[in-house]
Amino acid sequence: MFANLAFSAPWLLVALIALPVLWLLLRAIPPAPIRRRFPGVALLLGLQDDERQADKTPWWLLALRALAVGAAIVGFAGPVVNPPARQAGTGPLLVLLDGGWADARDWPRRIDRAQAAMDEAARMGRPLAIATLTDTPDLIAFRNPADWQGKLAGLAPRPFLPGKAEAWAKILPEGGFDTLWLSDGLDHPGQAALMAALGGHGSVTIVASPRPVYALHPARFADGKVRLSASRLPVSQETSLEVSARGPDPSGVDRELARGILAFAPGADRAELALDLPPELRNRLTRFEIIGQRTAGAVALSDDSLKRRKVAIVTASAEREGLQILSADHFLKQALAPTAEVIEGGLSDLLPAKPDVIILPDIARLTQTEQDGVLDWLDQGGLLLRFAGPRLASVDPVTTGDDPLLPVQLREGGRSVGGAMSWDQPRTLAPFAESSPFHGLAVPADLAVTQQVLAQPGPDLADHTIAELTDGTPLVTRKALGQGQVVLFHVTANADWSNLPLSGLFVQMLERLAVSTRAEAVSGGPDLAGLTWAPEKMLDGYGQPADAGQMAGIKGEALAAALTSGPDADVPPGLYRNEDRLIAVNALPADAKLTAATWPAGTVVEGLDAPGARALGGWLMALALALLSVDVVAALALSGRLPRLGRAAAVLVLLALMPLPQARAQTPTTPDPAADARAVEATRGIVLAHVLTGNPQVDDIADAGLRGLGDQLWLRTSVEPEPPMGVDLEKDDLSFYPFLYWPVTADQPLPSPAAYARLNRFLRTGGMILFDTRDGDIAGFGGSATPEALALQTIAASLDIPPLEPLPKDHVLTRTFYLLQDFPGRFNTPDLWVEAAPPDAEQAEGMPFRNLNDGVTPVIIGGNDWAAAWAVNGDGSPMFPVGRGQAGEDQREIAYRFGVNVIMHVLTGNYKSDQVHVPALLERLGQ
Amino acid sequence: MNQPAPITGDLRAKAEALGQSLPALLAAADHLARTVMMGEHGRRRAGQGDEFWQYRPAHAGDAARSIDWRRSARSDAHFVREREWQAAQSVSLWVDRAKSMAFSGAKGRETKANRARLLALATGVLLLRAGERVGVAGGDPPKPGRAQVVPLAANLSDDAAEDYGVPDAAGLVAHGRAVFLSDFLGPLAPLQEALAQASERGVRGVLCQVLDPAEEDFPFSGRTIFDSMGGTLTHETQSAGELRARYLARLAERKDQLQGLARATGWHYACHHTGAPAQSALLWLYSALEGGR
Repeated sequence: MFANLAFSAPWLLVALIALPVLWLLLRAIPPAPIRRRFPGVALLLGLQDDERQADKTPWWLLALRALAVGAAIVGFAGPVVNPPARQAGTGPLLVLLDGGWADARDWPRRIDRAQAAMDEAARMGRPLAIATLTDTPDLIAFRNPADWQGKLAGLAPRPFLPGKAEAWAKILPEGGFDTLWLSDGLDHPGQAALMAALGGHGSVTIVASPRPVYALHPARFADGKVRLSASRLPVSQETSLEVSARGPDPSGVDRELARGILAFAPGADRAELALDLPPELRNRLTRFEIIGQRTAGAVALSDDSLKRRKVAIVTASAEREGLQILSADHFLKQALAPTAEVIEGGLSDLLPAKPDVIILPDIARLTQTEQDGVLDWLDQGGLLLRFAGPRLASVDPVTTGDDPLLPVQLREGGRSVGGAMSWDQPRTLAPFAESSPFHGLAVPADLAVTQQVLAQPGPDLADHTIAELTDGTPLVTRKALGQGQVVLFHVTANADWSNLPLSGLFVQMLERLAVSTRAEAVSGGPDLAGLTWAPEKMLDGYGQPADAGQMAGIKGEALAAALTSGPDADVPPGLYRNEDRLIAVNALPADAKLTAATWPAGTVVEGLDAPGARALGGWLMALALALLSVDVVAALALSGRLPRLGRAAAVLVLLALMPLPQARAQTPTTPDPAADARAVEATRGIVLAHVLTGNPQVDDIADAGLRGLGDQLWLRTSVEPEPPMGVDLEKDDLSFYPFLYWPVTADQPLPSPAAYARLNRFLRTGGMILFDTRDGDIAGFGGSATPEALALQTIAASLDIPPLEPLPKDHVLTRTFYLLQDFPGRFNTPDLWVEAAPPDAEQAEGMPFRNLNDGVTPVIIGGNDWAAAWAVNGDGSPMFPVGRGQAGEDQREIAYRFGVNVIMHVLTGNYKSDQVHVPALLERLGQ
Repeated sequence: MNQPAPITGDLRAKAEALGQSLPALLAAADHLARTVMMGEHGRRRAGQGDEFWQYRPAHAGDAARSIDWRRSARSDAHFVREREWQAAQSVSLWVDRAKSMAFSGAKGRETKANRARLLALATGVLLLRAGERVGVAGGDPPKPGRAQVVPLAANLSDDAAEDYGVPDAAGLVAHGRAVFLSDFLGPLAPLQEALAQASERGVRGVLCQVLDPAEEDFPFSGRTIFDSMGGTLTHETQSAGELRARYLARLAERKDQLQGLARATGWHYACHHTGAPAQSALLWLYSALEGGR
């Protein structure tokens, strides 16, 4: 790499001579000592140093400093690796670009390269010309490089490859000039001739990109799968490309519908991919593209060849006995089955399936409902294909009226030609008129029509006829109906009336009518010929689709040529439409092969990405700075001032290395003896639990309160709770506890999501939480926002709490054990919130309360600091005074009663509420 | 705040500085002394200012002046009012004022001078409360009474200009007690001389060496020039860390010398570090003076 080293200011390197001087200078100066005031110096007097070597700068420090200064000097001299190349030569310069889609992969860099050549030419005063081989060959005129500035910026890769190189070779300007050819690396027709011609004018420099070219061939449909193939150049190691199949989703938005991997085997230039897609998806495909390759070559547009039309063949309602080969739809099925999705059945069954085509083989009359349905379907763009037959021929239009589902009105009876009872020869088809969709199809010689239905003559009969017999009678007529059309074959769909269904022409005609599509059909051939194809969507060089705009239509023959030999300027890649048929011209034909360009021996070939100039000055300066900072530390160390700095650095390093708070590990489900012991303790009896808030005082009071309440329960009821337990929401299992007392503190941390999940499960499975904000002395609950109330709001926000209401007078809590009307703790505020009663609760008959039979309220929220009222010391004496005097003791008694009621409510649910039914139950029992 | 004003400052500035430092020092000393009183010193004695101990019958030879006439008038005999504490000790305090005492080895640690003054004044307070006479060596003669605290504090706050202090044995009251507080890092000869003089006059006392922890540890390394506080002495070394062991040996030797000197003259010696709390040193000082071993 240092072969390409240059300096922008080389004379600065002279300063390197001064380095030895620096060596001497630095050697002479020892590091400065520190002065310290120290009373103990009196004791130091006379002490000699063991060794006196440190007054010279150590050699390694010298080397360090010399290196730092040297790096700075070299850095200032501006070293540059791979300095910009200079284009040698004089005289005119021709910059030649291929300009095809293969250039699109690195087009900006090609433009940069051309720009660099142009700048160089401008500096050297060389006339310049820029030409793109994909353009129509034009005279090359050398001009002032500045004149080309605008043209160069406006260049864009074309979606096809250059194909007329030898035409360029013929119109090269006279005189000598040098050429810079930015090649895409592919071999193009006439390239060698052009190269030879250019070589005759002057030196030719080839610039080629090493980036591989990937191109996608048109997708085929075979064996029920969409088959994609891609070519690459150069052939190299194993590579896999991702191919995205895109198309509109049901709402019309372009999306990726499928994705596959194209794997190139080592040494293979072609890779295949088969996508197995359901028909619904397949019919929606519009394009395939190699992901990450933005060239027209990496895009394969899909056309009708992938689509499988849904063709509904209406079978006659009455099953007809007879040979299958004679059935009206046998040949239709034979013709359509390979290329279309055929469904059969009654018309009313088929219409909801929204087929693309409905075929009515000799069905004369539809019911009114069916007819309306078909008309609606036609309005939306359906194709109704009818075949004549004995039944259609027997309809008398005079008596039955006009059939709107016929393109022309028929005469009753039809006619027979060339039969046993006729003098005539069987008729054959006349060549198709130019306006016919069948124009261009060859009529086989042995075609014979023996019977047909005849159309009523009329002024518009000729307009409706798209195929006729040699005697001018219509064989196929057509009429547009709404968005759709009705096509009538005036013969049967089987071989009864003609041998048309047996011929290949029949299939081609069906294709022309877009009844069926065939993969082979799009690869060219006669079925394109004779038609004019209107460009619909065009690809640009990067593979992006664009509307065709005002482009002129393309002859079918030209289209067929483009499909086999690749697109060119006249037939650019894109989608071409003729009536209902859509043909895709892709940048790369199906059987094309990417061949590498070969250049005559001795041609200069440069890489496109000549390594960019890299200035090393910054790195060297940074190195110098780093060395100098090392020198600072080293100098400090030498002069003994490092320890203090070392401490500071150590602190900094420690701070930097301070471990982040470790993510809480999910506790694995390993058996935990402590948890087991706790579970055993919690399930030995009824255990009242309180939530540990982290505030030891509050937790102690809660514990003592539940102990006091437990004592009262022992004394007064058959509930005999075990000593209460504190519950850590983050760790402990809540399912053992029927009741949680939760004193809310203002600074309580929010439970983790896992704890919330446990809490919500606890609430849903019948647990109850008594929230106590303990602020009843300063705020009625919910009245003013105390810190505790706010904390409770935050905590409860994520809890699964039903709608609440202030405790109604008839709530079951008022009578589960004691009859209570207020619920004091240490404080006596009336606000107590419980789950709201259902709005349709009714007053019970003869009872002072409503019928509220279901549900234990999952939460009780209040602020009366019950635990403090319940709390007892170890000896059973109250821990806190309540109120004043005997009134206070009465309040404590009510508080205990409230506690008993709550526990009874938790344990017995709405049992007391059910008492409302006791009279009725007694009555039912018959006393 | 405890930094004394420069000698060359004008009178007013000096007075102000003194006025600021004195109450603080006094309060600190008083506070320190109070802690000791409560813990250590519980002996019974007559109330402060009440010098009466007992009446005794007057003997021949008692001066007529010494007879308590009021008491004698109530009986037939003559009584002499005897005072318990008349044999009070005179204690002279000497605190090194030299610049070496202004050293503090770490930010936030008080200087040796401050600690020495605090100890001296607290000892003085304690002694005055116990009824002793306390004075500053080289200053006014020792006087009793609580009021003596203020002149003591004022006297202690002076600074000297020399690098290492020289004890002043001239003002010592014969058969009294003396307290010398210094770092004793300077030349030993003046101290020896002072101690010799003191012991000649029957003065016994206490040598309290106040050192900064930095002087005990010698936490230096690298190329260093050590200056004495006044700048008169200089020592340069290439590697201070290597000197540590030898410095510590010399310091230990100095302590041994001091100990020997004290033992020879019947004095007590202790070393106190400014990093340690002052109470322990005060306790030791007081008990050493009391014990009079």
